[in-house]
Amino acid sequence: MRKSIGAKPGDDEVLGKAYDSKLMKRLLTYVRPYKGYVILGILLNTLVAGLGPLRPYLTKVAIDDYIALKDYDGLLVVVALLMGSLIFQAIVQYFLMYYTQLMGQKIIFDLRMQIFKHVQKLALRYFDKTPIGRIVTRNTNDVEALNELFSSGIVMVFSDIFTIIWIFIFMFSMSWELSLVTLSVLPVLMYATFLFRKKVRDAYRRVRYHLARLNSYMQEHITGMTIVQIFSNEKREIKNFSDINEDHKKANIDSIFYYAVFYPVVEILSSIAIGLIIWYGGGNVIQGTLTIGVLFAFIQYTEMFFRPIRDLSEKYNVMQTAMASSERIFKLLDNNTIITNPENPKPLKDSKGEIEFKNVWFAYNEDEFVLRDVSFKIKPGETVAIVGATGAGKTSIINILNRFYDIQKGSITIDRIDIRDLKIEDLRKQISIVLQDVVLFSGTIKSNINLHNNEITDEMVRKAAETVGAHNFIEKLPKGYDEEVKEKGATLSVGQKQLISFSRALAYDPQILILDEATSSVDTETEMLIQQATEKLLVGRTSIVIAHRLSTIQNADKILVMHKGQLREMGTHHELLANKGIYYKLYQLQYKDQEIKAS
Amino acid sequence: MKSLLSLKKYFARHKRKLLWGIVFILLSNITQVYVPIFLKDGIDGLQSNISHSEILYYALLIVGAALLSGFFRFLIRQTIIVVSREIEYDLRQDFWSHLQNLSLRYYQNTSTGDLMAHATNDISAVRMFVGPAVMYSIDTSTKMIMIIAIITTFDWQLTIAALLPLPFLSYMVYKLSKKIHIKFEKIQEKFSELTTKAQESFSGIRVIKSYLREESEIKLFEKLSEDYLDKTMDKVKVQAWFAPLLFMITGLSIIIAIWFGGMKVIEQSLTLGELSAFIVYLGLLIWPVIAFGWVLNIIQQSSASMKRLNVIMSVKKEISDSEETDYFVKEIKGTVEFKNVSFRYGKNLPVVLDKINIKIDQGDTVAFIGKTGVGKTTLLNLIPRLYDVTEGEVLIDGKNVKTIPVDVIRSSVGLVPQETFLFSDTLENNILYGVKEKDESILERVADISEIKKDVDDFPKKYQTILGERGLTLSGGQKQRTCLARALAVNPKILILDDSFSAVDTHTEEEILRKLKNFMENRTSIIVSHRISTVKDSDKIFVIDNGKIAEEGTHEELIELNGIYADIHQRQLLEEELKQI
Ligand SMILES: Nc1ncnc2c1ncn2[C@@H]1O[C@H](COP(=O)(O)OP(=O)(O)OP(=O)(O)O)[C@@H](O)[C@H]1O
Ligand SMILES: Nc1ncnc2c1ncn2[C@@H]1O[C@H](COP(=O)(O)OP(=O)(O)OP(=O)(O)O)[C@@H](O)[C@H]1O
Ligand SMILES: [Mg+2]
Ligand SMILES: [Mg+2]
Repeated sequence: MRKSIGAKPGDDEVLGKAYDSKLMKRLLTYVRPYKGYVILGILLNTLVAGLGPLRPYLTKVAIDDYIALKDYDGLLVVVALLMGSLIFQAIVQYFLMYYTQLMGQKIIFDLRMQIFKHVQKLALRYFDKTPIGRIVTRNTNDVEALNELFSSGIVMVFSDIFTIIWIFIFMFSMSWELSLVTLSVLPVLMYATFLFRKKVRDAYRRVRYHLARLNSYMQEHITGMTIVQIFSNEKREIKNFSDINEDHKKANIDSIFYYAVFYPVVEILSSIAIGLIIWYGGGNVIQGTLTIGVLFAFIQYTEMFFRPIRDLSEKYNVMQTAMASSERIFKLLDNNTIITNPENPKPLKDSKGEIEFKNVWFAYNEDEFVLRDVSFKIKPGETVAIVGATGAGKTSIINILNRFYDIQKGSITIDRIDIRDLKIEDLRKQISIVLQDVVLFSGTIKSNINLHNNEITDEMVRKAAETVGAHNFIEKLPKGYDEEVKEKGATLSVGQKQLISFSRALAYDPQILILDEATSSVDTETEMLIQQATEKLLVGRTSIVIAHRLSTIQNADKILVMHKGQLREMGTHHELLANKGIYYKLYQLQYKDQEIKAS
Repeated sequence: MKSLLSLKKYFARHKRKLLWGIVFILLSNITQVYVPIFLKDGIDGLQSNISHSEILYYALLIVGAALLSGFFRFLIRQTIIVVSREIEYDLRQDFWSHLQNLSLRYYQNTSTGDLMAHATNDISAVRMFVGPAVMYSIDTSTKMIMIIAIITTFDWQLTIAALLPLPFLSYMVYKLSKKIHIKFEKIQEKFSELTTKAQESFSGIRVIKSYLREESEIKLFEKLSEDYLDKTMDKVKVQAWFAPLLFMITGLSIIIAIWFGGMKVIEQSLTLGELSAFIVYLGLLIWPVIAFGWVLNIIQQSSASMKRLNVIMSVKKEISDSEETDYFVKEIKGTVEFKNVSFRYGKNLPVVLDKINIKIDQGDTVAFIGKTGVGKTTLLNLIPRLYDVTEGEVLIDGKNVKTIPVDVIRSSVGLVPQETFLFSDTLENNILYGVKEKDESILERVADISEIKKDVDDFPKKYQTILGERGLTLSGGQKQRTCLARALAVNPKILILDDSFSAVDTHTEEEILRKLKNFMENRTSIIVSHRISTVKDSDKIFVIDNGKIAEEGTHEELIELNGIYADIHQRQLLEEELKQI
């Protein structure tokens, strides 16, 4: 019936060319710091590339010059040479492998860190639109896909080229005629490869596309499994999943077909080459213009020559994946959705906490303004409450004050300085926000409060927890503050999670404290205790409180009433009640039975 | 290795194709091993006056044999590798179906990243066993036997001499792959840590940014990346020996053949053609021998993966229908009763609910109130059997919930969880998530009751608005109301609201409650809230404290009682009222 295709894979499905010189150039800039490794790799390669092709030649020498002439000692010499070349090649290959891998790993380490750092800088607008899973993929799997390119890829290309050159040299030096005959299958092989590439690319793209679908579907539904179960939708989800799984299977089976054709074709072509050698070379042998040793060497060269080509399909996949991955990575790195620091930031050390909004207009998506012409002023040390219907724009006010998003029109100032003239760090250092959506990290309770900040001592963590009344339940946990927090704090009650997130804000000891429904899931008694405790703690500091329970905010110095993106009323509790506006209505609803009693 | 036995049933399902595949492998190998024999005859012929046409004949034979062998090779992939994809499909499907049955407890204690790793990496590792590993091991072993049989007929002494290094090779391969495997597991572990860190850092970006923790996150991530690099290089150190060793030992075989065989040719106990064929055969053997090591590696990895999958697959469905289930129960009316219910999350964990006794009549609205972490959510979760009781029983319509089919309970219970979760899909699909037949009128109706309608009307794309992950692009209250609409859409007999108005303003809440009253006629509603204004109109209010029902009664009765409830009520009054009272 209805869709449930799983989240769209988005740009995960795009597969560009297998080789793109622009991308390649940019990728190579990451190699630059490791030039030494590359040079070493190429050097070692040149050293050993000839050794492989040398052996069939030595075999030829053994057959023609010694076996045919019954020269035992000569044979022994050749055998010793063969042995020596083998051992030497093995050792060199070991180091080659080790150093190229080391280089590859170092490069992707750099790249991974660069991506991670970049993502940390990106503005929230980016995160609103991009599934987290996709960003994670850039940082892990996509980077990993480049590993092979950097470690084996680059050096292997040289190795293959050198080997093939050596094979040519040996072949042509023995018999150019026979070489040409042998190589006559090459154009056919190239054409076959070309066709294969084209076909397999399509199939491969489909595989990737469906794999991305499969993964994002699973990711999302594992996270939301409780919802699936509560609505007893298991059967339908199994069906939906099987559709995607089926598509994935079909795409894979299609691509198997091309491999099933390609591999045998290469083998057949190599046998044709051997047939040609026997037929043409054999003729020459009969005529006495060629030795059997040469014939035999050619047969071995054919094998040697076809091997890299046989591997090509694998390498082609590596290349294609690498190119596609790097394209996505670069797209992320080029994304400039960044809230930047001003060029000449104004200093702000210890803010007094004076905040002013002047005719602020703000939209998440162009032209859909969620805040319209909002103006208000908060004096240092004041406690201001924001109330209003859900979706009225309360959280948005916080989001722009902290410069999670930049506003479209108007200005926001702190201590009379436009926040856009401040360094973001200076701005955010003044403010602690308890976000409406609680975020917990895996780690311990302690690390969730101090966020791995060593400047916040255990004592401070404890004090913050005590202030919000979280200490009680934390203490009862088997390991107290060192108790492990499961993914998203799954084993804590929602209120407990809120208290931890609240403790975090207090531990950071801010000049401006913002509470976005910080205690919405906390019982009234605890809430009041918190209120009393924080009040003492925050003397002289500015705080902004968003809450729906009016009892929470009645003592605020000023209450802002938001309605549909506009600031409709402002004043103290008494003033607003006297005003008989929106606030009055809210108030009546919440306390009407008391009013009835009172009247 | 034993773990791979659990694949038996999958193999059995595709028996025919697999058997054909094996036949094709045999046929392909038989034709392939003929090629060097033709080569030998050709070369031997060249030494003893052979005609051009005879040479051509040998050349054509070689090509012909290759054509046949190639054709069978095509068929091998079309059977065995295809089967591996089919089995991968079956396996993944079974895995996914199994995940649907695992309980909330399991998901709360298992990270999503781990499960994803099993679903992707482990299943593809097993696929590698089913496909390539099976294909190559049969291919390799049959080819090896054939080749060894043939070259023994040339010269058994030479055969023994040349093959002497091979057992050594197998041993090395075995040892090395074992070592590599251990290191590989460590890498996987690190990789999953790395992934988890990235995942958490990015999804917690709001917190990280507001507390300026970017630098420390980068440091933590760098540390993990470094570990990962070190672990990878640990593996490389061992793995880098793999190829050179293989290649040296197989090369050794060829050198022995040239030396020993060369002498035999000189002594004329072997023809040059035979020697050439011998060497070509050894060349053909190299790949099988390498493949052998590779296959061993895959088998080891996939059996480890299979083991991990089996661990998950054998997690018992904690909550499911059993022998006690009475399938004649097709629907429920809506009375709920707790009889002596006790609950704890684990043996070593404290008792959360302690001998709770409650009775809720059909059509009633009852409310629970109590301190943070007192066990309200826990209690509610027992009704649709997200957890089962530790002691006592929960009854619906007088029947123990364990005797009612899980499906029946859950499709009659509309639960709005305390924490909102929405799919990154359209609003419409989210609201109609539990509805079997899509219906516009339901959508309109529940959107109206849950008061999300007025918000949606302001969205340019209305119900087709696509939500961000977990409903990211909605405001807190919008998310809650969407979840409410979703629960109402299934037409529940019992509606459970777990603090579902915490992010909703009182005005909107009042509207919702008013409309709900109508909707909930003859249905049971169970509400948890911290706000007196939400619970005060309930038929009965329960105050939970210390794992027990501390107080119960109507709003008025509880105020009268002057206990915990009255205290909460008192605290939520505004100053004015305090003065007036
Ligand atoms: N999955 C779990 N494993 C272990 N302990 C848990 C788990 N879930 C909850 N708990 C603990 O059980 C107790 C009751 O939690 P519960 O979520 O039922 O509280 P609650 O009354 O709903 O609180 P809140 O008002 O904060 O939502 C808490 O102490 C909590 O830490
Ligand atoms: N990241 C976002 N992208 C696009 N639209 C958004 C985003 N966040 C919020 N909105 C929209 O902006 C409007 C205001 O949302 P905001 O979160 O400020 O409301 P709120 O007053 O905090 O509501 P609540 O009390 O429900 O939390 C809502 O209509 C919401 O759908
Ligand atoms: Mg909000
Ligand atoms: Mg709860």
